Amino acid sequence: MKSKKYFVSKLFITLLFVLLSIVILIPFWAIFVGTFQEGSMLIRNGLNLKLDFSTANLDNYITLFTDSGEYFNWFFNSMLLTVIQVVLTLFISAFVAYGFAAYDFKFKNILFIFVLLIMSVPFEMLMLPLYVQINDMSLSDNYAAILLPFLAHASTIFFFRQYLTGVPKELIEAGRIDGASEFGIFFRLIMPIMKPSFAAMAILNGMNSWNNFLWPLLVLRSSDKYTLPIGLNTLITPYGNNYDLLIVGSFFSIIPILVLFLCFQKYFIEGMTAGAVKG
Amino acid sequence: MKKILYSKKAAPYIFILPFVITFAVFWLIPIIKSGYMSTQKILPGQSTFIALDNFKRLLSDRVFFVAVANSFKYMILTLVLLIPIPILFACLINSKFGGSKLTNFFKTAMFVPALTSVVVAGTIFRLIFGEMDTSLANQFIGLFGAEPVKWLKESFTGFAALLSLACWRWWGVNTMYFIAGLQNIPEDYYEAASIDGANTWQKFINITIPQLKPTIVYVLTISIYGGLAMFNESYMLHQGNNSPNNIGLTIVGYLYRQGIEKNDMGYACAVGIVLLLIVLIINIPQLMATGTLKNGER
Repeated sequence: MKSKKYFVSKLFITLLFVLLSIVILIPFWAIFVGTFQEGSMLIRNGLNLKLDFSTANLDNYITLFTDSGEYFNWFFNSMLLTVIQVVLTLFISAFVAYGFAAYDFKFKNILFIFVLLIMSVPFEMLMLPLYVQINDMSLSDNYAAILLPFLAHASTIFFFRQYLTGVPKELIEAGRIDGASEFGIFFRLIMPIMKPSFAAMAILNGMNSWNNFLWPLLVLRSSDKYTLPIGLNTLITPYGNNYDLLIVGSFFSIIPILVLFLCFQKYFIEGMTAGAVKG
Repeated sequence: MKKILYSKKAAPYIFILPFVITFAVFWLIPIIKSGYMSTQKILPGQSTFIALDNFKRLLSDRVFFVAVANSFKYMILTLVLLIPIPILFACLINSKFGGSKLTNFFKTAMFVPALTSVVVAGTIFRLIFGEMDTSLANQFIGLFGAEPVKWLKESFTGFAALLSLACWRWWGVNTMYFIAGLQNIPEDYYEAASIDGANTWQKFINITIPQLKPTIVYVLTISIYGGLAMFNESYMLHQGNNSPNNIGLTIVGYLYRQGIEKNDMGYACAVGIVLLLIVLIINIPQLMATGTLKNGER
Protein backbone atom coordinates (compact mmCIF):
# COMPACT_ATOMS: atom_id res chain seq x y z
CA MET A 1 0.00 0.00 0.00
CA LYS A 2 2.12 2.86 -1.21
CA SER A 3 0.18 6.02 -0.63
CA LYS A 4 0.96 9.60 -1.53
CA LYS A 5 2.16 10.08 2.02
CA TYR A 6 4.75 7.35 1.47
CA PHE A 7 6.24 9.12 -1.52
CA VAL A 8 6.30 12.47 0.23
CA SER A 9 8.23 10.95 3.15
CA LYS A 10 10.53 9.16 0.75
CA LEU A 11 11.27 12.37 -1.14
CA PHE A 12 11.76 14.31 2.08
CA ILE A 13 14.17 11.77 3.58
CA THR A 14 16.12 11.43 0.33
CA LEU A 15 16.58 15.19 0.18
CA LEU A 16 17.55 15.34 3.84
CA PHE A 17 20.18 12.60 3.44
CA VAL A 18 21.68 14.21 0.35
CA LEU A 19 21.80 17.64 1.98
CA LEU A 20 23.29 16.38 5.24
CA SER A 21 25.89 14.29 3.42
CA ILE A 22 26.97 17.39 1.54
CA VAL A 23 27.20 19.50 4.71
CA ILE A 24 29.18 16.78 6.50
CA LEU A 25 31.59 16.33 3.61
CA ILE A 26 32.18 20.06 2.99
CA PRO A 27 35.09 20.32 5.47
CA PHE A 28 36.82 17.42 3.71
CA TRP A 29 36.30 19.03 0.34
CA ALA A 30 37.60 22.33 1.70
CA ILE A 31 40.81 20.80 3.01
CA PHE A 32 41.23 18.85 -0.22
CA VAL A 33 41.01 22.09 -2.19
CA GLY A 34 43.36 23.62 0.38
CA THR A 35 46.08 21.08 -0.40
CA PHE A 36 46.53 22.79 -3.79
CA GLN A 37 46.97 26.25 -2.32
CA GLU A 38 49.82 28.04 -0.66
CA GLY A 39 49.77 27.99 3.13
CA SER A 40 50.18 31.75 3.42
CA MET A 41 47.14 32.20 1.21
CA LEU A 42 45.12 29.91 3.47
CA ILE A 43 46.03 31.95 6.52
CA ARG A 44 45.02 35.13 4.74
CA ASN A 45 41.83 33.93 3.09
CA GLY A 46 40.76 30.78 4.90
CA LEU A 47 39.61 27.63 3.19
CA ASN A 48 37.70 27.81 -0.03
CA LEU A 49 35.28 25.54 -1.79
CA LYS A 50 36.21 26.59 -5.30
CA LEU A 51 39.40 25.23 -6.77
CA ASP A 52 41.04 28.22 -8.42
CA PHE A 53 43.04 26.71 -11.27
CA SER A 54 45.04 29.87 -11.89
CA THR A 55 46.81 29.53 -8.52
CA ALA A 56 46.40 25.82 -7.81
CA ASN A 57 49.57 23.75 -7.87
CA LEU A 58 51.07 20.55 -6.59
CA ASP A 59 53.85 22.23 -4.58
CA ASN A 60 52.47 21.02 -1.26
CA TYR A 61 52.47 17.42 -2.43
CA ILE A 62 56.00 17.82 -3.71
CA THR A 63 57.01 19.23 -0.32
CA LEU A 64 55.27 16.35 1.41
CA PHE A 65 57.20 13.72 -0.50
CA THR A 66 60.56 15.41 -0.78
CA ASP A 67 61.02 17.90 2.01
CA SER A 68 58.60 17.13 4.82
CA GLY A 69 61.16 16.75 7.59
CA GLU A 70 59.94 14.12 10.01
CA TYR A 71 56.41 13.75 8.63
CA PHE A 72 56.75 10.19 7.39
CA ASN A 73 58.66 9.28 10.51
CA TRP A 74 55.61 10.42 12.52
CA PHE A 75 53.34 8.64 10.11
CA PHE A 76 55.24 5.40 10.61
CA ASN A 77 55.26 5.85 14.41
CA SER A 78 51.49 6.31 14.40
CA MET A 79 50.98 3.26 12.21
CA LEU A 80 53.19 1.13 14.43
CA LEU A 81 51.58 2.30 17.66
CA THR A 82 48.07 1.87 16.28
CA VAL A 83 48.71 -1.68 15.09
CA ILE A 84 50.37 -2.74 18.35
CA GLN A 85 47.75 -1.05 20.45
CA VAL A 86 44.79 -2.52 18.56
CA VAL A 87 46.13 -6.08 18.49
CA LEU A 88 47.18 -6.14 22.14
CA THR A 89 44.10 -4.29 23.42
CA LEU A 90 41.72 -6.63 21.63
CA PHE A 91 43.55 -9.72 22.79
CA ILE A 92 44.06 -8.71 26.41
CA SER A 93 40.61 -7.16 26.82
CA ALA A 94 38.94 -10.25 25.35
CA PHE A 95 40.98 -12.42 27.69
CA VAL A 96 39.81 -10.43 30.71
CA ALA A 97 36.24 -10.18 29.45
CA TYR A 98 36.05 -13.95 29.12
CA GLY A 99 37.11 -14.27 32.75
CA PHE A 100 34.24 -12.00 33.78
CA ALA A 101 31.69 -13.59 31.48
CA ALA A 102 32.37 -17.30 31.93
CA TYR A 103 33.15 -17.76 35.62
CA ASP A 104 31.86 -17.06 39.06
CA PHE A 105 34.57 -16.28 41.51
CA LYS A 106 35.30 -14.37 44.67
CA PHE A 107 35.60 -10.57 44.27
CA LYS A 108 34.08 -10.77 40.79
CA ASN A 109 31.40 -8.17 41.49
CA ILE A 110 33.67 -5.65 43.12
CA LEU A 111 36.25 -6.04 40.34
CA PHE A 112 33.61 -5.57 37.69
CA ILE A 113 32.43 -2.43 39.44
CA PHE A 114 36.00 -1.15 39.07
CA VAL A 115 35.77 -1.82 35.34
CA LEU A 116 32.59 0.23 35.20
CA LEU A 117 34.08 3.00 37.30
CA ILE A 118 37.13 3.38 35.07
CA MET A 119 34.77 3.36 32.13
CA SER A 120 32.71 6.20 33.52
CA VAL A 121 35.59 8.35 34.72
CA PRO A 122 37.20 10.31 31.90
CA PHE A 123 40.86 9.59 31.48
CA GLU A 124 41.60 13.32 31.25
CA MET A 125 40.69 13.72 34.89
CA LEU A 126 43.20 11.13 35.97
CA MET A 127 45.92 12.17 33.59
CA LEU A 128 48.01 14.11 36.11
CA PRO A 129 48.30 11.29 38.65
CA LEU A 130 49.02 8.94 35.76
CA TYR A 131 51.60 11.37 34.42
CA VAL A 132 53.33 11.47 37.79
CA GLN A 133 53.23 7.67 37.99
CA ILE A 134 54.76 7.33 34.53
CA ASN A 135 57.54 9.73 35.49
CA ASP A 136 58.15 7.81 38.72
CA MET A 137 58.45 4.63 36.68
CA SER A 138 60.91 6.43 34.34
CA LEU A 139 58.65 5.66 31.40
CA SER A 140 58.30 9.17 30.00
CA ASP A 141 59.17 9.59 26.34
CA ASN A 142 58.63 5.84 26.01
CA TYR A 143 55.95 4.12 23.94
CA ALA A 144 55.33 1.74 26.85
CA ALA A 145 53.80 4.69 28.71
CA ILE A 146 51.33 5.24 25.88
CA LEU A 147 50.41 1.56 25.60
CA LEU A 148 50.52 -0.08 29.01
CA PRO A 149 47.80 1.82 30.92
CA PHE A 150 45.22 1.10 28.21
CA LEU A 151 45.77 -2.50 27.14
CA ALA A 152 43.23 -3.90 29.60
CA HIS A 153 40.81 -1.31 28.28
CA ALA A 154 37.73 -0.91 30.46
CA SER A 155 35.11 -0.10 27.85
CA THR A 156 36.46 -2.75 25.47
CA ILE A 157 36.29 -5.30 28.31
CA PHE A 158 32.74 -4.20 29.03
CA PHE A 159 31.74 -4.51 25.38
CA PHE A 160 33.29 -7.97 24.98
CA ARG A 161 31.69 -9.17 28.19
CA GLN A 162 28.29 -8.06 26.91
CA TYR A 163 28.98 -9.92 23.71
CA LEU A 164 30.14 -13.05 25.54
CA THR A 165 27.09 -13.27 27.81
CA GLY A 166 25.25 -14.16 24.61
CA VAL A 167 27.46 -17.23 24.11
CA PRO A 168 25.79 -20.47 25.31
CA LYS A 169 27.43 -22.07 28.36
CA GLU A 170 26.95 -25.46 26.68
CA LEU A 171 29.71 -24.57 24.25
CA ILE A 172 32.15 -24.11 27.12
CA GLU A 173 30.95 -27.31 28.81
CA ALA A 174 31.33 -29.23 25.56
CA GLY A 175 34.90 -27.99 25.32
CA ARG A 176 35.62 -29.20 28.87
CA ILE A 177 34.15 -32.64 28.12
CA ASP A 178 36.42 -32.86 25.10
CA GLY A 179 39.31 -32.38 27.48
CA ALA A 180 40.34 -28.87 26.48
CA SER A 181 42.00 -26.74 29.15
CA GLU A 182 40.32 -23.52 30.26
CA PHE A 183 42.70 -21.51 28.10
CA GLY A 184 42.32 -23.90 25.21
CA ILE A 185 38.59 -23.25 25.33
CA PHE A 186 39.20 -19.53 25.16
CA PHE A 187 41.71 -19.67 22.33
CA ARG A 188 40.09 -22.36 20.19
CA LEU A 189 36.38 -22.04 20.84
CA ILE A 190 35.68 -18.54 22.08
CA MET A 191 38.05 -16.31 20.12
CA PRO A 192 36.81 -17.54 16.72
CA ILE A 193 33.19 -16.71 17.53
CA MET A 194 34.15 -13.23 18.73
CA LYS A 195 35.16 -12.10 15.24
CA PRO A 196 32.32 -9.61 14.61
CA SER A 197 32.92 -7.95 17.96
CA PHE A 198 36.64 -7.83 17.23
CA ALA A 199 35.91 -5.94 14.02
CA ALA A 200 33.79 -3.36 15.82
CA MET A 201 36.36 -2.86 18.56
CA ALA A 202 39.24 -2.81 16.07
CA ILE A 203 37.64 0.19 14.42
CA LEU A 204 36.88 2.04 17.65
CA ASN A 205 40.27 1.32 19.22
CA GLY A 206 42.08 1.99 15.95
CA MET A 207 40.39 5.37 15.70
CA ASN A 208 41.28 6.24 19.28
CA SER A 209 44.86 5.17 18.90
CA TRP A 210 45.49 6.80 15.52
CA ASN A 211 43.99 10.06 16.74
CA ASN A 212 45.17 9.93 20.34
CA PHE A 213 46.35 13.41 21.27
CA LEU A 214 46.49 14.54 24.88
CA TRP A 215 48.28 11.57 26.44
CA PRO A 216 51.07 11.28 23.83
CA LEU A 217 51.39 15.08 24.04
CA LEU A 218 52.21 14.72 27.73
CA VAL A 219 54.38 11.63 27.45
CA LEU A 220 56.47 12.15 24.32
CA ARG A 221 59.40 14.56 24.42
CA SER A 222 61.71 13.82 21.49
CA SER A 223 60.43 14.77 18.07
CA ASP A 224 61.60 11.56 16.38
CA LYS A 225 59.17 9.66 18.60
CA TYR A 226 56.17 11.91 17.91
CA THR A 227 52.99 10.44 16.54
CA LEU A 228 51.20 12.10 13.66
CA PRO A 229 48.77 14.27 15.66
CA ILE A 230 51.56 15.48 17.94
CA GLY A 231 53.83 16.17 15.00
CA LEU A 232 51.12 17.99 13.05
CA ASN A 233 50.38 20.05 16.14
CA THR A 234 53.96 21.35 16.14
CA LEU A 235 53.34 22.72 12.64
CA ILE A 236 50.54 24.96 13.89
CA THR A 237 52.33 28.24 14.25
CA PRO A 238 51.06 31.61 13.14
CA TYR A 239 53.65 31.63 10.36
CA GLY A 240 52.53 30.62 6.93
CA ASN A 241 55.32 28.38 5.81
CA ASN A 242 54.27 25.44 7.96
CA TYR A 243 50.70 25.54 6.73
CA ASP A 244 51.77 24.11 3.38
CA LEU A 245 52.77 20.91 5.10
CA LEU A 246 50.11 21.08 7.81
CA ILE A 247 47.20 21.02 5.37
CA VAL A 248 48.51 18.41 2.99
CA GLY A 249 49.82 16.36 5.92
CA SER A 250 46.48 16.55 7.70
CA PHE A 251 44.66 15.48 4.59
CA PHE A 252 47.05 12.60 4.08
CA SER A 253 46.71 11.46 7.70
CA ILE A 254 43.03 10.67 7.25
CA ILE A 255 43.69 8.03 4.60
CA PRO A 256 44.95 5.00 6.61
CA ILE A 257 42.18 5.12 9.18
CA LEU A 258 39.61 5.67 6.46
CA VAL A 259 40.85 2.57 4.64
CA LEU A 260 40.65 0.57 7.88
CA PHE A 261 37.09 1.76 8.42
CA LEU A 262 35.93 1.05 4.87
CA CYS A 263 37.42 -2.47 5.03
CA PHE A 264 35.72 -3.40 8.30
CA GLN A 265 32.58 -1.32 7.92
CA LYS A 266 30.51 -4.37 6.96
CA TYR A 267 31.19 -6.03 10.30
CA PHE A 268 31.06 -2.82 12.27
CA ILE A 269 27.30 -2.49 12.72
CA GLU A 270 26.94 -6.25 13.13
CA GLY A 271 29.53 -6.28 15.89
CA MET A 272 28.15 -3.18 17.56
CA THR A 273 24.66 -4.70 17.53
CA ALA A 274 25.78 -7.97 19.08
CA GLY A 275 27.68 -6.23 21.84
CA ALA A 276 25.20 -3.43 22.33
CA VAL A 277 24.07 -2.61 25.84
CA LYS A 278 20.99 -4.64 26.61
CA GLY A 279 18.44 -3.93 29.28
CA MET B 1 52.93 -25.27 38.42
CA LYS B 2 51.30 -26.30 35.21
CA LYS B 3 48.57 -27.99 37.20
CA ILE B 4 47.74 -24.78 39.06
CA LEU B 5 47.70 -22.81 35.83
CA TYR B 6 45.31 -25.25 34.22
CA SER B 7 42.98 -25.83 37.14
CA LYS B 8 39.46 -24.56 36.78
CA LYS B 9 39.70 -22.78 40.11
CA ALA B 10 42.72 -20.66 39.24
CA ALA B 11 41.67 -19.96 35.66
CA PRO B 12 39.29 -17.04 36.29
CA TYR B 13 41.93 -15.20 38.30
CA ILE B 14 44.48 -15.64 35.56
CA PHE B 15 41.98 -14.35 33.02
CA ILE B 16 41.32 -11.18 34.95
CA LEU B 17 44.90 -10.69 36.13
CA PRO B 18 45.86 -8.20 33.38
CA PHE B 19 43.01 -5.96 34.45
CA VAL B 20 43.86 -6.21 38.15
CA ILE B 21 47.49 -5.27 37.52
CA THR B 22 46.57 -2.40 35.20
CA PHE B 23 44.01 -1.14 37.65
CA ALA B 24 46.39 -1.24 40.59
CA VAL B 25 49.46 0.22 38.89
CA PHE B 26 47.93 2.81 36.58
CA TRP B 27 44.73 3.88 38.34
CA LEU B 28 44.57 3.01 42.02
CA ILE B 29 48.11 3.92 43.07
CA PRO B 30 48.13 7.15 41.03
CA ILE B 31 44.79 8.21 42.51
CA ILE B 32 46.02 7.58 46.03
CA LYS B 33 49.25 9.42 45.27
CA SER B 34 47.32 12.28 43.80
CA GLY B 35 45.15 12.46 46.91
CA TYR B 36 48.33 12.74 48.94
CA MET B 37 49.84 15.32 46.60
CA SER B 38 46.74 17.48 46.83
CA THR B 39 47.64 18.16 50.46
CA GLN B 40 51.13 19.33 49.57
CA LYS B 41 52.73 22.49 48.35
CA ILE B 42 55.05 21.04 45.74
CA LEU B 43 58.12 22.98 44.69
CA PRO B 44 61.03 21.51 42.77
CA GLY B 45 62.98 19.41 45.25
CA GLN B 46 60.78 19.99 48.27
CA SER B 47 57.20 19.51 49.34
CA THR B 48 55.47 20.82 52.41
CA PHE B 49 52.30 19.54 53.97
CA ILE B 50 49.62 22.22 53.83
CA ALA B 51 46.54 20.09 54.61
CA LEU B 52 43.49 21.43 52.81
CA ASP B 53 44.91 24.78 51.72
CA ASN B 54 44.83 23.81 48.04
CA PHE B 55 41.12 23.10 48.32
CA LYS B 56 40.50 26.39 50.13
CA ARG B 57 42.39 28.20 47.39
CA LEU B 58 40.18 26.46 44.85
CA LEU B 59 37.02 27.85 46.42
CA SER B 60 38.17 31.42 45.91
CA ASP B 61 39.65 30.84 42.45
CA ARG B 62 37.45 32.68 39.96
CA VAL B 63 39.13 31.23 36.89
CA PHE B 64 38.41 27.73 38.15
CA PHE B 65 34.71 28.54 38.30
CA VAL B 66 34.83 29.96 34.78
CA ALA B 67 36.32 26.65 33.65
CA VAL B 68 33.67 24.63 35.53
CA ALA B 69 30.88 26.77 34.07
CA ASN B 70 32.26 26.35 30.53
CA SER B 71 32.55 22.59 30.90
CA PHE B 72 29.02 22.26 32.24
CA LYS B 73 27.63 24.53 29.54
CA TYR B 74 29.38 22.49 26.87
CA MET B 75 28.25 19.20 28.41
CA ILE B 76 24.59 20.24 28.60
CA LEU B 77 24.53 21.66 25.08
CA THR B 78 26.17 18.54 23.66
CA LEU B 79 23.56 16.39 25.41
CA VAL B 80 20.85 18.41 23.71
CA LEU B 81 22.53 18.20 20.31
CA LEU B 82 24.18 14.80 20.38
CA ILE B 83 21.37 12.55 21.60
CA PRO B 84 17.94 13.46 20.15
CA ILE B 85 19.22 14.25 16.67
CA PRO B 86 21.24 11.03 16.28
CA ILE B 87 18.20 9.05 17.50
CA LEU B 88 16.21 10.66 14.72
CA PHE B 89 18.96 9.96 12.16
CA ALA B 90 19.15 6.34 13.30
CA CYS B 91 15.38 5.90 12.95
CA LEU B 92 15.40 7.47 9.48
CA ILE B 93 18.31 5.31 8.38
CA ASN B 94 16.60 2.24 9.80
CA SER B 95 13.31 3.09 8.11
CA LYS B 96 14.81 2.20 4.70
CA PHE B 97 12.98 5.18 3.23
CA GLY B 98 16.06 6.63 1.60
CA GLY B 99 16.92 3.71 -0.69
CA SER B 100 19.71 1.37 0.37
CA LYS B 101 22.53 2.94 -1.70
CA LEU B 102 21.88 6.47 -0.48
CA THR B 103 21.32 5.28 3.09
CA ASN B 104 24.63 3.43 3.12
CA PHE B 105 26.41 6.40 1.67
CA PHE B 106 24.86 8.67 4.28
CA LYS B 107 25.83 6.27 7.07
CA THR B 108 29.44 6.21 5.89
CA ALA B 109 29.58 9.96 5.31
CA MET B 110 28.29 10.62 8.81
CA PHE B 111 30.89 8.40 10.39
CA VAL B 112 33.93 9.62 8.50
CA PRO B 113 34.43 12.85 10.52
CA ALA B 114 34.92 10.72 13.63
CA LEU B 115 37.94 9.20 11.92
CA THR B 116 39.77 12.49 11.72
CA SER B 117 42.12 13.39 14.49
CA VAL B 118 41.18 16.34 16.64
CA VAL B 119 44.28 18.10 15.36
CA VAL B 120 43.08 17.80 11.77
CA ALA B 121 39.45 18.59 12.57
CA GLY B 122 40.50 21.52 14.74
CA THR B 123 42.72 22.91 11.99
CA ILE B 124 39.93 22.67 9.42
CA PHE B 125 37.38 24.27 11.71
CA ARG B 126 39.74 27.01 12.83
CA LEU B 127 40.14 28.01 9.20
CA ILE B 128 36.41 27.67 8.51
CA PHE B 129 35.60 29.90 11.49
CA GLY B 130 38.42 32.33 10.74
CA GLU B 131 37.91 36.02 11.39
CA MET B 132 38.78 37.12 7.86
CA ASP B 133 35.89 38.24 5.66
CA THR B 134 36.58 35.39 3.25
CA SER B 135 36.42 32.53 5.79
CA LEU B 136 33.75 29.97 4.95
CA ALA B 137 31.64 30.74 8.02
CA ASN B 138 31.66 34.46 7.22
CA GLN B 139 30.88 33.78 3.57
CA PHE B 140 27.98 31.62 4.69
CA ILE B 141 26.41 34.19 7.01
CA GLY B 142 27.13 36.75 4.29
CA LEU B 143 24.60 34.93 2.12
CA PHE B 144 21.98 36.11 4.60
CA GLY B 145 23.36 39.62 4.60
CA ALA B 146 25.16 39.38 7.95
CA GLU B 147 28.39 41.22 8.68
CA PRO B 148 31.60 39.16 9.13
CA VAL B 149 32.11 37.93 12.68
CA LYS B 150 35.24 37.30 14.75
CA TRP B 151 34.03 33.83 15.60
CA LEU B 152 36.69 32.65 17.98
CA LYS B 153 37.02 35.92 19.91
CA GLU B 154 33.52 36.08 21.40
CA SER B 155 32.03 33.72 23.93
CA PHE B 156 28.78 33.03 22.07
CA THR B 157 30.21 32.52 18.59
CA GLY B 158 33.21 30.68 20.01
CA PHE B 159 30.84 28.19 21.57
CA ALA B 160 28.93 27.90 18.32
CA ALA B 161 32.15 26.95 16.55
CA LEU B 162 33.01 24.46 19.29
CA LEU B 163 29.57 22.86 19.09
CA SER B 164 29.66 22.61 15.29
CA LEU B 165 32.95 20.80 15.62
CA ALA B 166 31.47 18.47 18.25
CA CYS B 167 28.37 17.73 16.17
CA TRP B 168 30.41 17.17 13.05
CA ARG B 169 32.67 14.66 14.77
CA TRP B 170 30.19 12.87 17.04
CA TRP B 171 26.82 12.72 15.28
CA GLY B 172 27.99 9.73 13.24
CA VAL B 173 29.31 7.78 16.21
CA ASN B 174 26.19 8.28 18.29
CA THR B 175 23.99 7.46 15.31
CA MET B 176 25.88 4.16 14.99
CA TYR B 177 25.18 3.33 18.64
CA PHE B 178 21.49 3.99 18.13
CA ILE B 179 21.34 2.01 14.88
CA ALA B 180 22.89 -0.92 16.75
CA GLY B 181 20.31 -0.44 19.51
CA LEU B 182 17.43 -0.31 17.02
CA GLN B 183 18.43 -3.62 15.46
CA ASN B 184 17.90 -5.33 18.79
CA ILE B 185 14.22 -4.34 18.90
CA PRO B 186 12.11 -7.31 17.77
CA GLU B 187 10.15 -6.61 14.61
CA ASP B 188 6.94 -8.17 16.02
CA TYR B 189 6.53 -5.32 18.52
CA TYR B 190 5.96 -2.96 15.63
CA GLU B 191 3.72 -5.41 13.80
CA ALA B 192 1.57 -5.89 16.88
CA ALA B 193 1.32 -2.13 17.31
CA SER B 194 0.33 -1.71 13.66
CA ILE B 195 -2.45 -4.23 14.11
CA ASP B 196 -3.65 -2.20 17.09
CA GLY B 197 -3.73 0.81 14.81
CA ALA B 198 -0.80 2.74 16.26
CA ASN B 199 0.68 5.46 14.05
CA THR B 200 4.37 6.09 13.47
CA TRP B 201 4.64 8.65 16.24
CA GLN B 202 2.90 6.40 18.79
CA LYS B 203 5.19 3.54 17.83
CA PHE B 204 8.20 5.79 18.25
CA ILE B 205 7.16 6.96 21.72
CA ASN B 206 5.80 3.66 23.03
CA ILE B 207 8.16 1.12 21.49
CA THR B 208 11.33 2.69 20.09
CA ILE B 209 12.22 4.98 22.98
CA PRO B 210 11.60 2.50 25.83
CA GLN B 211 13.41 -0.26 23.94
CA LEU B 212 16.33 2.04 23.20
CA LYS B 213 16.64 2.99 26.86
CA PRO B 214 19.81 0.98 27.59
CA THR B 215 21.53 2.51 24.57
CA ILE B 216 20.31 5.99 25.49
CA VAL B 217 21.65 5.58 29.01
CA TYR B 218 24.99 4.38 27.69
CA VAL B 219 25.32 7.27 25.25
CA LEU B 220 24.14 9.67 27.95
CA THR B 221 26.82 8.43 30.32
CA ILE B 222 29.66 8.69 27.83
CA SER B 223 28.36 12.08 26.65
CA ILE B 224 28.23 13.47 30.17
CA TYR B 225 31.77 12.49 30.89
CA GLY B 226 32.98 13.33 27.41
CA GLY B 227 31.40 16.77 27.76
CA LEU B 228 32.86 17.46 31.18
CA ALA B 229 36.27 16.21 30.07
CA MET B 230 36.39 18.21 26.84
CA PHE B 231 39.77 19.76 26.23
CA ASN B 232 41.23 18.79 22.85
CA GLU B 233 38.58 20.51 20.75
CA SER B 234 39.00 23.80 22.54
CA TYR B 235 42.79 23.49 22.59
CA MET B 236 42.89 23.01 18.82
CA LEU B 237 40.29 25.61 17.94
CA HIS B 238 41.96 28.32 20.02
CA GLN B 239 45.50 27.32 19.06
CA GLY B 240 46.49 26.39 22.57
CA ASN B 241 45.17 26.61 26.06
CA ASN B 242 44.82 30.38 26.22
CA SER B 243 41.59 31.59 24.67
CA PRO B 244 40.50 35.24 24.81
CA ASN B 245 38.95 35.89 28.25
CA ASN B 246 39.12 32.14 28.86
CA ILE B 247 36.01 31.61 26.71
CA GLY B 248 37.32 28.17 25.74
CA LEU B 249 38.85 27.20 29.09
CA THR B 250 37.48 23.91 30.41
CA ILE B 251 38.06 22.00 33.62
CA VAL B 252 40.65 19.77 31.99
CA GLY B 253 42.21 22.82 30.38
CA TYR B 254 42.58 24.33 33.85
CA LEU B 255 44.09 21.08 35.12
CA TYR B 256 46.54 21.19 32.23
CA ARG B 257 47.36 24.83 32.89
CA GLN B 258 48.06 24.36 36.59
CA GLY B 259 49.75 20.98 36.40
CA ILE B 260 51.73 21.11 33.18
CA GLU B 261 52.07 24.76 32.20
CA LYS B 262 52.52 26.25 35.69
CA ASN B 263 53.91 23.07 37.21
CA ASP B 264 51.86 23.55 40.37
CA MET B 265 51.21 19.83 40.84
CA GLY B 266 49.75 19.97 44.32
CA TYR B 267 47.08 22.46 43.32
CA ALA B 268 46.42 20.65 40.03
CA CYS B 269 45.88 17.40 41.92
CA ALA B 270 43.34 19.16 44.13
CA VAL B 271 41.54 20.30 40.95
CA GLY B 272 41.68 16.71 39.67
CA ILE B 273 40.18 15.31 42.86
CA VAL B 274 37.29 17.76 42.82
CA LEU B 275 36.59 16.79 39.22
CA LEU B 276 36.73 13.11 39.94
CA LEU B 277 34.15 13.65 42.67
CA ILE B 278 31.90 15.67 40.36
CA VAL B 279 31.92 12.96 37.70
CA LEU B 280 31.38 10.16 40.20
CA ILE B 281 28.52 12.04 41.86
CA ILE B 282 26.83 12.45 38.48
CA ASN B 283 27.53 9.03 37.04
CA ILE B 284 27.22 6.54 39.88
CA PRO B 285 23.56 7.21 40.73
CA GLN B 286 22.83 7.08 37.03
CA LEU B 287 24.57 3.76 36.57
CA MET B 288 22.84 2.36 39.64
CA ALA B 289 19.42 3.62 38.67
CA THR B 290 19.65 2.07 35.26
CA GLY B 291 20.96 -1.26 36.48
CA THR B 292 24.29 -1.17 34.67
CA LEU B 293 26.08 -1.76 37.95
CA LYS B 294 23.72 -4.60 38.81
CA ASN B 295 24.60 -6.26 35.51
CA GLY B 296 27.92 -7.14 37.03
CA GLU B 297 26.21 -9.26 39.67
CA ARG B 298 24.62 -11.65 37.24
